[in-house]
Amino acid sequence: MSTIGTEAIEGFNPSHETVQSTRDRLRAGSVVVLLAALAGIPLVANDYWLNAVLIPFLIMSLTALGLNLLMGYAGQASLGSGGFMSVGAYATYNLLLRLPELPLPVSLLLGGIISGLVGVIAGLPSLRIKGFYLVASTLATQFLLEWLFNQYGWFSNYSTSSSISAPRLAFLGHDLSSPTGRYLLTLTTVVVVTAVAARLARSQTGRAWMAIRDMDTAASVIGVPVSAGKLKAFFVSSLVIGIAGALWAFAYLGTVDARSFNLDRSFQVMFAIIIGGMGSISGNFLGAAFMIFVPILLDHFGGGVFGGAVDPGQLENFQKALFGALIVWFLIKEPRGLAALLSRAWTRLASRINR
Amino acid sequence: MSLWKQKRIVSRAVGLAALALSAAVGTSASAEEAKTQYFPLATFRVGAYASSGIPVWAGEIDYFRYINEVEGGINGIKLVWDECETNWEVEKGVECYERVKAGKNGSPVPIFLPHGDPISKALTEKSVADKIPLVTIAYGRTEAIDGRVFPYSFPVVFSFWSEASSAVNFIAEKAGGKDKLKGLKIATVYHDSPYGKETQVPLAHLAKTYGFEDIQIPVPHPGNEQSAQWAKIRQLKPDWVFLRGWGVMTPVAIKTAAKVGFPVDHIIGGIWSGSEEDVRPAGAVGKGYLAITPFPAGANFEIHQKLKKYILDKGLSDLKDPKSFGSVYYNSGVDEAIIAVEAIRTAQAHFGVRPINGEEAQWGLEHLDLSEKRLAEIGATGLQQPLKLSAKDHEGGGAGKVLQWDGEKWNVVSNGWVKSDRDLLLPLIYERAAAYAREKGITPRDATN
Repeated sequence: MSTIGTEAIEGFNPSHETVQSTRDRLRAGSVVVLLAALAGIPLVANDYWLNAVLIPFLIMSLTALGLNLLMGYAGQASLGSGGFMSVGAYATYNLLLRLPELPLPVSLLLGGIISGLVGVIAGLPSLRIKGFYLVASTLATQFLLEWLFNQYGWFSNYSTSSSISAPRLAFLGHDLSSPTGRYLLTLTTVVVVTAVAARLARSQTGRAWMAIRDMDTAASVIGVPVSAGKLKAFFVSSLVIGIAGALWAFAYLGTVDARSFNLDRSFQVMFAIIIGGMGSISGNFLGAAFMIFVPILLDHFGGGVFGGAVDPGQLENFQKALFGALIVWFLIKEPRGLAALLSRAWTRLASRINR
Repeated sequence: MSLWKQKRIVSRAVGLAALALSAAVGTSASAEEAKTQYFPLATFRVGAYASSGIPVWAGEIDYFRYINEVEGGINGIKLVWDECETNWEVEKGVECYERVKAGKNGSPVPIFLPHGDPISKALTEKSVADKIPLVTIAYGRTEAIDGRVFPYSFPVVFSFWSEASSAVNFIAEKAGGKDKLKGLKIATVYHDSPYGKETQVPLAHLAKTYGFEDIQIPVPHPGNEQSAQWAKIRQLKPDWVFLRGWGVMTPVAIKTAAKVGFPVDHIIGGIWSGSEEDVRPAGAVGKGYLAITPFPAGANFEIHQKLKKYILDKGLSDLKDPKSFGSVYYNSGVDEAIIAVEAIRTAQAHFGVRPINGEEAQWGLEHLDLSEKRLAEIGATGLQQPLKLSAKDHEGGGAGKVLQWDGEKWNVVSNGWVKSDRDLLLPLIYERAAAYAREKGITPRDATN
């Protein structure tokens, strides 16, 4: 971490700076460097890196961001993420199919908005119930949506297996179906949505969400509109998750059916934000990186070191156990997630530089 | 901040960047001329379906070892393989495909076996871009039979549509002719998933053609409680039940059928309800259960004697449990390996004896002709049906054998291979493929070249 913020700290006089502001500069600098690196990656990376590692990582980050707005900022626990992803995917598919004159970004956004509206309906119970009871009602949404897309052929244009596959991905005449095209589409979407979401989290809406999360009774006493705030959180969260779902379907896998967005996916997203850090923007990326990279890394490592010598089935089981142990270890080490760990590292570095 | 600190930071940054770069580009293969044929295997040895997967790889790997050890490779080109675990999950399957698709040590990938219906669908377009044929035996997209629209997807041997049609034809065989189907009630109890629903269209079409009544009864995943479905069956009194299950659904269905008193010898399991692993857990009530399959069980085929002599008895087998030798899943692995090896052989005959790539293997598959004579040479008579593929027909066979469980093992009870009504169904399949082509803006290939 110590290496990637160097441009940002050139040429300032430490005596007038506090540790706080140095840390912020470091963070801003690292974001710029990271973005430049992500944008430049298609020049050096091969298909494997783009298709199997980076695209799912970016989309998982976006999904985690969506859930984090709802769960980490507004305090409304949800297990419906998979369902909202499927709404986004099926809505975007139908828009692309039935209204081909719409440009791709508009279809994506409209798909997200449809998912957001479904989210508002799914969020209605949150006006009366909270905590585990709300989780149970979002669970019902998850199952209902999965059943709906499997049951009614209209959503998948009556394909034999209820699966949907991306119509041609193109924008302004550029074909985006190559790995690089799909990667850049994903990256652009993730950057834009993250920027808007980060801004929103710091706005009045975001502060209202945090007030509701910390204590809804107190929030309503001081005049925060609690019901509207909760529904707004469900709308924005489902919108972001819906866009991520569409990208998951079309930029990553190409062909999906409702099973790709089952309860396991919802759990995966929830684990990503718990490991990454609730109520933080960078935590989504860290958590998604953990969920996507670590199993792949373990697999490569295991295959490289023990491949051929150990029974492949046993090796796989061992990797799963190791992944679980790593999750437990990280959560014991830092219950507030990887984002808190990173933030501490920045502070330490900043105070070192200022010394 | 002191100057040396800055320097240290910069040098570390450069080091890190170099490391990342070398990781990204360091995977390119050596240019050395390869003498072996790489054949990656996407396996699922862990996860919910591992018990059915493990015997499949054993059959596959045992046949590959037999080719290498006894025949000295395919015309002298030995096979090398490695495994990539998918857990039967789409995302891991895609990761595996991307990992292996560039080949290994200069040897290209001829064929990729996705081993998972959702994985094969996610790879449909990627495989076209990479020119690597996907061979999916008894699963995968049915429309892909039309190779003009799906040049790199090969749902060879027995599609779900053929499965349904063969099951109906077996019922006709039992009833004494297709004209006797009129007025019969055939209930399909299916796993409520895209896979389970695949047979609805062909069965509706066949019901209209032959005049039987088509009843569809869904079972929600995973299917460990089916009282309601079988109560409905008791009420509707169908003549036959066609059971299209997956995993735990099959034994539960057999047990529940026994409880409501439906005769087990009038239940015909589909391909994925027809293995030892499906019927054994049902216990004694499974005796008499029928199943239709393109992979007949049995360890007495000629190839099995060779495998036993040269692989199993020498301790070279990948089989964990020797009892699985000759099981439905083991034989499906052998079948799959035979088709892959013969496709590579066909391609070698055209392009030269050397490791061949995906584009050449695609040609090999489209010109594959597994005649009775060739099957006899391999020793697979009765195990594998004759198979002839072309650009217009990526399925080829379309017949299955019906097995009956005697409490210990499967016995073939149908009159040889039960053919499906492919002539009746192919026009519908071509129509669907054409609709897919329109939706995706694909111009179908000319089938003549």
